[in-house]
Amino acid sequence: MKCDHCDKDATVHELSVHNGVKIERHLCEQCAEQFGISVRPQQQITDLIKHYVMKQGLTPVVPPMAQPMRANQCPACKTTYQDFKQHGLLGCSDCYKSFEGQLMPLVERAHDGGQTHVGKTPLRASRANTEVDDIAIRALREHRMERLRVLRHELDQAIRDERYEAAARLRDQLRQVESEGGVA
Amino acid sequence: MSDAPDMSGDKPKPGDEGEKPKPPPNPQSTPSTSASAGSVPVLDFGAEWLRGEGELSDVLLSSRVRLARNLAGRLFATKATRRDRQATLDISREWLMRAELVPQLIWVDLHASSPLDRALLVERHLISKNHSKGKGTNPNDDPRGVAISVPDERLSIMINEEDHLRIQAIRSGLALTHAWSDIDSIDDKIESQLDYAYSPRFGYLTACPTNVGTGVRMSAMLHLPALRLTGELEKVKRAAQDMSLAVRGFYGEGSEAVGDLFQISNQTTLGKSEQQIVQDLEGDILPKVVEYERLARRELLAKRRVGLEDQVWRAWGALAHARLMNTDEAMQALSLVRLGVTMGLLRTPSDFPDLRTVNQLMLLVQPAHLQRAVGRELDQEQRRVARASLLRAKLGRSKS
Repeated sequence: MKCDHCDKDATVHELSVHNGVKIERHLCEQCAEQFGISVRPQQQITDLIKHYVMKQGLTPVVPPMAQPMRANQCPACKTTYQDFKQHGLLGCSDCYKSFEGQLMPLVERAHDGGQTHVGKTPLRASRANTEVDDIAIRALREHRMERLRVLRHELDQAIRDERYEAAARLRDQLRQVESEGGVA
Repeated sequence: MSDAPDMSGDKPKPGDEGEKPKPPPNPQSTPSTSASAGSVPVLDFGAEWLRGEGELSDVLLSSRVRLARNLAGRLFATKATRRDRQATLDISREWLMRAELVPQLIWVDLHASSPLDRALLVERHLISKNHSKGKGTNPNDDPRGVAISVPDERLSIMINEEDHLRIQAIRSGLALTHAWSDIDSIDDKIESQLDYAYSPRFGYLTACPTNVGTGVRMSAMLHLPALRLTGELEKVKRAAQDMSLAVRGFYGEGSEAVGDLFQISNQTTLGKSEQQIVQDLEGDILPKVVEYERLARRELLAKRRVGLEDQVWRAWGALAHARLMNTDEAMQALSLVRLGVTMGLLRTPSDFPDLRTVNQLMLLVQPAHLQRAVGRELDQEQRRVARASLLRAKLGRSKS
């Protein structure tokens, strides 16, 4: 099948319904791109961020406890949220605090709902770096409790179903999570 | 299975002569050497991940773990000035080369390297394409480097990539647990001297929020020709994407899947511990994908044996006799030959290459490797001639 707009083969097919009328479009990759239909399956990660952030629009979500109210610029490195939108990259470690409110939805989406760090901790994270944030710690703990709950449930299930290999694995995971709790 | 890290003592195979590059400039004398511009001493095929050994290595070539780390109190790449970057480079280099992280570590200043050397490192998966290009317009004016463990090439540490440090560990076969424990202890050693940017909430802070948290990416390089031939590849890709895994080509982000080689890796780095990612991939997902490919291979053998044999032998014929060969064609043929070797379709071992030779050839036919082997720069047309003649020398019966 040929593209509706040029002579190339149509590889993108779109079906939309407007006021009860079916509209079919058959386009080649280039034309589809011109019409704003994305066809590339493997988007660059920065594109993904850009598109995602662009969709969020310009209205910043005001963080609940934004300390410096100039939420659109990082006081430490002068990166603006606009800069981040453009490149998908932050300017310094303080950016995470400066743009926390705006970043969180994006971070959660990128990480399958993950909100707080779980896993390796630097042995000697300098004190300045780790000003303890009560909310973060609480969230971390809640997250851990939730994981423990899920794991215990799965373990019970596995034992009931006599899936002993899975059960052994789950038991190890449980131990792991429990021991992480000791550190946090 | 031997696990000797030092591969340099291997006897050369017949046909090796002539392609061997000049030996590295005597790296034995000091524990750590700096490579001068114009000669990156990493071509004696120590690369451990090419061995074609290890668990599931008929399908799964190598396991890789990389960590993204930034130094505390220093601007990330986008905001760092040239001077900032030079300082990051100096501090990191100074310390890394003194730390005795591995028996032998070499250092390469990428801003002082030739384009060919940089391309060579990219082809060997020791630096990324972005690192090769550098920041800004002039690749020779952006301070950045890489430390590489030799001769095994198991460890490489890029300085001033997207993050200050990108540490990677590679192993042959399914070995994420090993690769993770390698890199974990290296990371501890580095961290004992250099402060990392870290927050209890977000974990290791990275320039791109998609890496924040553990900053870890674990991936496996898989050879999936039978899934392609049976049209099952899309299913695997979709399943992987459903599990938040990325499927990429031989050369990572945005690259084509040449030679039926694919990388599968985690994308989630926040809210999941490193151990959990290892377990998900090594204990569950990767063995399943391997089993699926093996199943497809058995299916092919049972139902389309002659057709398959024909494809494999034609590929062999092209590699052993063609006079002109471009990279993609060579990779496609090598993929089929690799399939033939693992399935025992190319039978007599004395005449046919082992897995390791095929793996190595997949690298040797790449443009920079080819030019390095020949010892001079070649245009595209010359490369096609040189590539065909190299393959004939390696695989053809008559060494003409």
